[in-house]
Amino acid sequence: MVKNRNGLSLLFDYANVLVMALLTCAMLFPFLHMAAVSISDPGPVVAGRVALWPKGLNFDAYAAVFQDKRILIGYKNTLIYVVLGTTLSLFFSILGAYPLSRRNLVFGRTFMMLIVFTMLFSGGLIPTYLVIRSYGLLDTIWAMVLPGLVSPYYLIVMRTFFQGIPRELEESGKIDGLSDWMIMLRIVLPLSMPVLLTIGLFYAVGIWSNFFSALIFLRNEDLHPLQVMIRNIVMVGQVGDMTVSESVGGRPVVLESLKYAVILVGTLPILCVYPFIQKHFVQGVMIGSVKG
Amino acid sequence: MKSPSIAKQLKRDRAFVLMFAPVLLYFILFKYVPMFGIVISFMDYNLFKGITGSEWVGFKYYAQFFENRDAFVIIKNTVLLGAYKLLFGFPAPIVLALLLNELRHAIFKRFVQTVSYLPHFLSNVVVASMLIMLLSPSTGWVNRIIEGLGFPAISFLQESEWFRSIYVLSEIWQQVGWGSILYLAAITTIDPQLYEAARMDGAGRWKQTLHVTLPGIAATVVIMFILQIGHALEIGFEKVFLLSNAATYDTSDVIATYVYRVGILQGGFSYATAIDLFMGVIGFLLVYATNQLSRRLGETSLW
Repeated sequence: MVKNRNGLSLLFDYANVLVMALLTCAMLFPFLHMAAVSISDPGPVVAGRVALWPKGLNFDAYAAVFQDKRILIGYKNTLIYVVLGTTLSLFFSILGAYPLSRRNLVFGRTFMMLIVFTMLFSGGLIPTYLVIRSYGLLDTIWAMVLPGLVSPYYLIVMRTFFQGIPRELEESGKIDGLSDWMIMLRIVLPLSMPVLLTIGLFYAVGIWSNFFSALIFLRNEDLHPLQVMIRNIVMVGQVGDMTVSESVGGRPVVLESLKYAVILVGTLPILCVYPFIQKHFVQGVMIGSVKG
Repeated sequence: MKSPSIAKQLKRDRAFVLMFAPVLLYFILFKYVPMFGIVISFMDYNLFKGITGSEWVGFKYYAQFFENRDAFVIIKNTVLLGAYKLLFGFPAPIVLALLLNELRHAIFKRFVQTVSYLPHFLSNVVVASMLIMLLSPSTGWVNRIIEGLGFPAISFLQESEWFRSIYVLSEIWQQVGWGSILYLAAITTIDPQLYEAARMDGAGRWKQTLHVTLPGIAATVVIMFILQIGHALEIGFEKVFLLSNAATYDTSDVIATYVYRVGILQGGFSYATAIDLFMGVIGFLLVYATNQLSRRLGETSLW
């Protein structure tokens, strides 16, 4: 930005790089430490000598994690909720957003107000719980999918995107004799792939991370998602069928390594796909910031 | 031009109304029906008698809440957590964006950005689990370092004076990178000619930041600040719930966790609904007022 560098400016550059490097470390160190402890030998872990680099190499903690049926059940449930929930959420958001993107939709303003009002006020926890209960949704898959099915915020983001599609394209479809449904399916949606992908990813991450709904609506352990399993193992100290004395092939597994392994196994999918999908999330923030 | 009658409009838009119908039904069943459920805060609601069979008691539960010693503590905790989050969490992404903008090395800049967005995608369960493990007095890494420096270990999550710092710091850790995206975008829209003109006038980098960059993003900053004040009292349930325990309730118990405990766990449906509604109304007024303010400033508004 500046061409003539003086001493002070150069000093600032070094300091800035240092600060940013420290920030990066603060973001990454917890993961490195967890990874190092989870694959170190029991001795150094118990002695507290493992920092960022593993001491020894030992995958017993991971073997123990995958022996635990609850982790596998949690994974399976979470995958079901994410796939089912994301599909339905996208479908309903499109059905809501596309009509509202029409400039002179009959009752359009009323519909929009009804949706915006839910962003400002809600019945709160107890009435929502009682309503879900009275619909008979407690302890069903639907308790994880329906309460947050359509996010008013994402619906409005999607609507803003649809509004930006040139009307001429839709009119040319009309001239070709396409129905309103066909115009949406054949013209509007193919042009909206970026926004659909981004919002789908947001929904998916939201459902993946959702702990609250499971806590409130699910009593049956066979339906618990991964987040609840992680919490039970790490925090409540219910180690169930795996303890320190529990062994993999006759060798003991340290609780600390085991808990870190559980946390990492629960984070791994996000860590793996994150670098590839990062730019879509960033685009999502940008689309959201352009208000209609 | 005269607009066509409602019947004609309905006929013209029938495909769109049909599309919207399931969404409308969803919002009615899952958002508006619960809103009518708030009437139970004025009743002695009983699961078996239902809404029609339960007795009206007026403001009994509201009075009960304000007579309760817990009320003051919980409201104070909620307000303080919100205020600290705003005070420290709001400037952090702006500072990060300004510093990122000064980085000369494009690849390093991208790397820092990518890494700093990452914590935003971790679930609250994972973040809370990490904190509990890393801060553990017996096995946690943080206490190993503290002990290594010759100090006694601290039970961070058992001592109430630590709760607010841990909560606010972990919020910043999670959100600072993600929050900087908007400001970085605002910086890129600043006209490069302004920087050139400033340089001609002999402005160094500090002066350029002060007189070009900051005014350039001022509008975004103001709007974000107003919007965040509006949502300041919305302390997310999950993280507070996961990090708090009975030992720290005097600083960690907030409206959301209290409502969960007395409502869902202890079955005090009417009492919990009354508290929730009271805070819901305050939150609504706050969002409404701040949104009117941002609209008045003419930049942007939620609706």
